[in-house]
Amino acid sequence: MSQPDSAVADAQGGAATESLAALAKRHGLRRAIARPSLPFYVKQLWARRHFVLKYATSRNVSKYSQSMLGQLWQLLTPLLNAGVYYLMFGVILDQKKDISNYTAFLITGVFIFTFTQRTVSGGAKSISNNLSLIRALHFPRAALPLAYAVQELQQLLWSMLVLIGIVLLTGEPLTLYWLLIPVALLLQLTFNIGASLFMARVGAFARDMNQLLPFIMRTWLYASGVFFSIPDRVADLPESLAFVQYIMELNPAAAYIELMRDLLIQSHTPPQWAWTTAIFWAVFALVIGFWYFWRAEERYGRG
Amino acid sequence: MAMERVWPLTAEEQEATRKSSATGTPTVIVDDLHIVYKVYGATSAEEKGNAATALLRLVKRQGRPQMREVHAVKGVSFVARHGDAIGIIGRNGSGKSTLLRAIAGLLPPHSGAVYTDGQPSLLGVNAALMKELTGERNITLGCYAMGMTPSEVRAKYDEIVDFSGIGEFVQFPMSTYSSGMGARLRFAIASAKVHDVLLIDEALATGDREFRKRSQKRIMQMRESAGTVFLVAHNLDVIEETCNRVIWLHKGKIKMDGDPAEVIGAYNKA
Repeated sequence: MSQPDSAVADAQGGAATESLAALAKRHGLRRAIARPSLPFYVKQLWARRHFVLKYATSRNVSKYSQSMLGQLWQLLTPLLNAGVYYLMFGVILDQKKDISNYTAFLITGVFIFTFTQRTVSGGAKSISNNLSLIRALHFPRAALPLAYAVQELQQLLWSMLVLIGIVLLTGEPLTLYWLLIPVALLLQLTFNIGASLFMARVGAFARDMNQLLPFIMRTWLYASGVFFSIPDRVADLPESLAFVQYIMELNPAAAYIELMRDLLIQSHTPPQWAWTTAIFWAVFALVIGFWYFWRAEERYGRG
Repeated sequence: MAMERVWPLTAEEQEATRKSSATGTPTVIVDDLHIVYKVYGATSAEEKGNAATALLRLVKRQGRPQMREVHAVKGVSFVARHGDAIGIIGRNGSGKSTLLRAIAGLLPPHSGAVYTDGQPSLLGVNAALMKELTGERNITLGCYAMGMTPSEVRAKYDEIVDFSGIGEFVQFPMSTYSSGMGARLRFAIASAKVHDVLLIDEALATGDREFRKRSQKRIMQMRESAGTVFLVAHNLDVIEETCNRVIWLHKGKIKMDGDPAEVIGAYNKA
């Protein structure tokens, strides 16, 4: 086979005088694959903030684009959820006897837990569901779990409208404490992002995680005091098992639920350490989650 | 992003650059590249994918038999220069797309290396687009996905719509587009960004004659603005009209590399 072209001569004949690696070095060419440093990674991610926002909104728009009611479902879905849970736990199982304003108690728990649950499950799938995107374009991969978190945040804002409506309807007064609602949500969002980044890496390499995750989530739901009050439930335990209550209250989901109940429901007394727990989990999850996700940055979508 | 070289040039290097500008300075150097990747989920006929066999494998501590290793690129070397438009031809499974992905830095080399100047980009904005959304939304989404800023998107928006020639369809969901219109919009979005090294995989196969001419013109412009373009296509006419150099891949190795007419002639005879 004849190969008269000069470029081939470069590749082959050139090797006699200068190796390709040396030629690359002389012209300042670099190897393509490398993980950026952590500060640079944060900078890259910040540069992609428009993509994160646009991707999140687009996913929300496209999610309901096939239905007749369209975006109204963002409001209808939480409303229907509230109705179903109230029917199950408030009426049929009649859990409400020991808790004042059980309606507000239950719906707050369900909505706040759903926010964390959906963000974390979304994050776990964010890499494996976007492999074609990862294999086609260069961008900091953390943009994907972040976009899923923003998408859930947008959905949560609608849910909060419904929630606040329900709480007011059940006769709770509007208090100055309500000004702290954004702070509580911000802490929860921070925790969600961290947990979702962590699960994104786990889900990207352990493919069976997505089958297992619904069961983990349901166990978490039942353990987080969404339907019942944790102190009431552990009151019958013997003295030696009293620590169970502390462990259950250290659960981040329980902390964020209790925080919101404390703000919205006047008669509700949260556990002593609710704010401390909430802040601790937010910082801890974000730092560990982000670091853990970044460590595998160059390996997503490969193999 | 990194459009210009950020490192300082010594006087000697500048001299060398000027001297070699006749042929163009190297932009991509592929040095004895091998790519091996794993494929999941390839079940053979006798291996039934039911739960019982899967459990048996777990008990016997066997790996997933569906996992295979594919040695897709076996020792490829070449140097691409500023202003080159390189066509890559070969049969299905000869490693063309794998090679492009490796140049783009999206697949790690098993051995050997790819050296690049700046960030080669695969013309693959398709993956970021959502067919339920309007063309308008998709243009913004696609541009952001490629890393453009809001002001850049605003500046490029009309140009993208004009180039794609989809007219008022830009207000309709992409799912209502004909395949040609979709391909045109995708190419228009993807080529809106200035790329140092652009890798195009089968994007020009669809679209009518008139659009093909326009996109070829755009590829020429990119070459003239001292970029490098790689083009994979099964349509040999497109390659012959657009490229100044053709690489023929056969079973993961370079079988021939050179003048388009010559290589395509040999390829057609084989």
